[in-house]
Amino acid sequence: MNGTPQPFGLLAEVTHRCPLHCVYCSNPLALLDRADELATEDWLRVIGQAAELGVLQVHLSGGEPLVRGDLETLVAECRRLGLYTNLITSGLGLTESRAESLVAAGLNSAQLSIQGDAAEATDLIAASKQFGKKEAAARIIRDAGLPLNMNVVLHRLNLARLDAIIDVCARWDAERLELANAQYYGWALNNRELLMPSKTQLDQAVGVYERRKAELAERMEILWILPDYYEPYPKPCMGGWAQTALTVAPDGVVYPCPVAAEITTMEFASVRDHDLDWIWAKSPAFEAFRGTEWMPDPCRSCSRKELDFGGCRCQAFALTGDAGRTDPVCQHSPDHHLVQDALVRANQEDGGADRRLVYRRSDSPGV
Amino acid sequence: MAGHDLNATPRLATKAMLKHDNVREVELLLLPERVVLLNKSGAAILGLCDGSRTVRQLVDQLEHDFEAADLESDILSFLDDASGRGWVVVT
Repeated sequence: MNGTPQPFGLLAEVTHRCPLHCVYCSNPLALLDRADELATEDWLRVIGQAAELGVLQVHLSGGEPLVRGDLETLVAECRRLGLYTNLITSGLGLTESRAESLVAAGLNSAQLSIQGDAAEATDLIAASKQFGKKEAAARIIRDAGLPLNMNVVLHRLNLARLDAIIDVCARWDAERLELANAQYYGWALNNRELLMPSKTQLDQAVGVYERRKAELAERMEILWILPDYYEPYPKPCMGGWAQTALTVAPDGVVYPCPVAAEITTMEFASVRDHDLDWIWAKSPAFEAFRGTEWMPDPCRSCSRKELDFGGCRCQAFALTGDAGRTDPVCQHSPDHHLVQDALVRANQEDGGADRRLVYRRSDSPGV
Repeated sequence: MAGHDLNATPRLATKAMLKHDNVREVELLLLPERVVLLNKSGAAILGLCDGSRTVRQLVDQLEHDFEAADLESDILSFLDDASGRGWVVVT
């Protein structure tokens, strides 16, 4: 492979169709239709090529992947090739018989999302009345013999409920819980003013996380995905551009990360036109920010450049319009004021879940 | 300390999958969101954790395969660690 890294993970976004309408949705602003989606045989080819590339784990995601009737076929092919499969689901549409057929096909693991600890949270964040279906899905996943991993996106409107959220996950018998502080791309960036927590809120939530992590150490692994706006240095996004994983979108376009479709100044290739191997190793988009050669200062001369790889390209593009700049989260970034300004506003507002913020935001220019 | 019972039966957890990676030429344990690089002995131990044999039988098998004696304490401490990490269920 001549020094080209080998990817470990494939995020297979098999559809953008989804029953939820989350305010922080990480899918592109323009969603793909069913008619745009790859056919079963395309996915089988992609899975085979991914295995040859060195992929070990396939995360079946969306949208809601369960809307596709051919998931079992894809899972079976992964199993045949010795790939570990993980279903990333809202839980809506997961029946006992669907879970059984997926397990029979070889599904290894499932990750279920919730928006909060109760029905009101699902309604507020995802405009869905289906919290009860999520509880049923958790039971179905456990009864099918799968490990239950859960994921909750944290933000201003639910951080105060963290204790109760963790209670729900423990009650549903999750063995792993990802507490993912919201990241502000795409749809979430539109709602950033509403979602960004204050420093006080975050500090309290960190206290809850640390206490519960210690309490539940024997039965549930709890992970805290850092709220990067409050960090002095950017996250080492994806372990560096095109280093460890790749995402195939519903239409077959391949990205180095799940939100890179938003970088509208770059051209990404499709598995309809190219082999995955060429896209990974040779395509201009994957080569563009691989390694450290592309870096401008302050990254170029920074001792941390192999630690955080200049941060997130998608965030640099979302905030500055240039994917090649230092992630504005970094305190050394010339664009750091963009992040600081958002934090100042988040810490001026009182009252936590003040929905007036939505209306004010929608009245302001540039939304 | 379930692994210390020689009559107990270890098996790989449902969520875990052993894999010989032909691309990288290494032995791996695949878990949700995690890949563990195994050394030769770790892979050999976990490969025998299929619920069909006791710890005692597993030790005998590996001592035979590796033409070694006194593997018991190393295997027990590995199994202890593996069960603590949730890779192996010992019943």
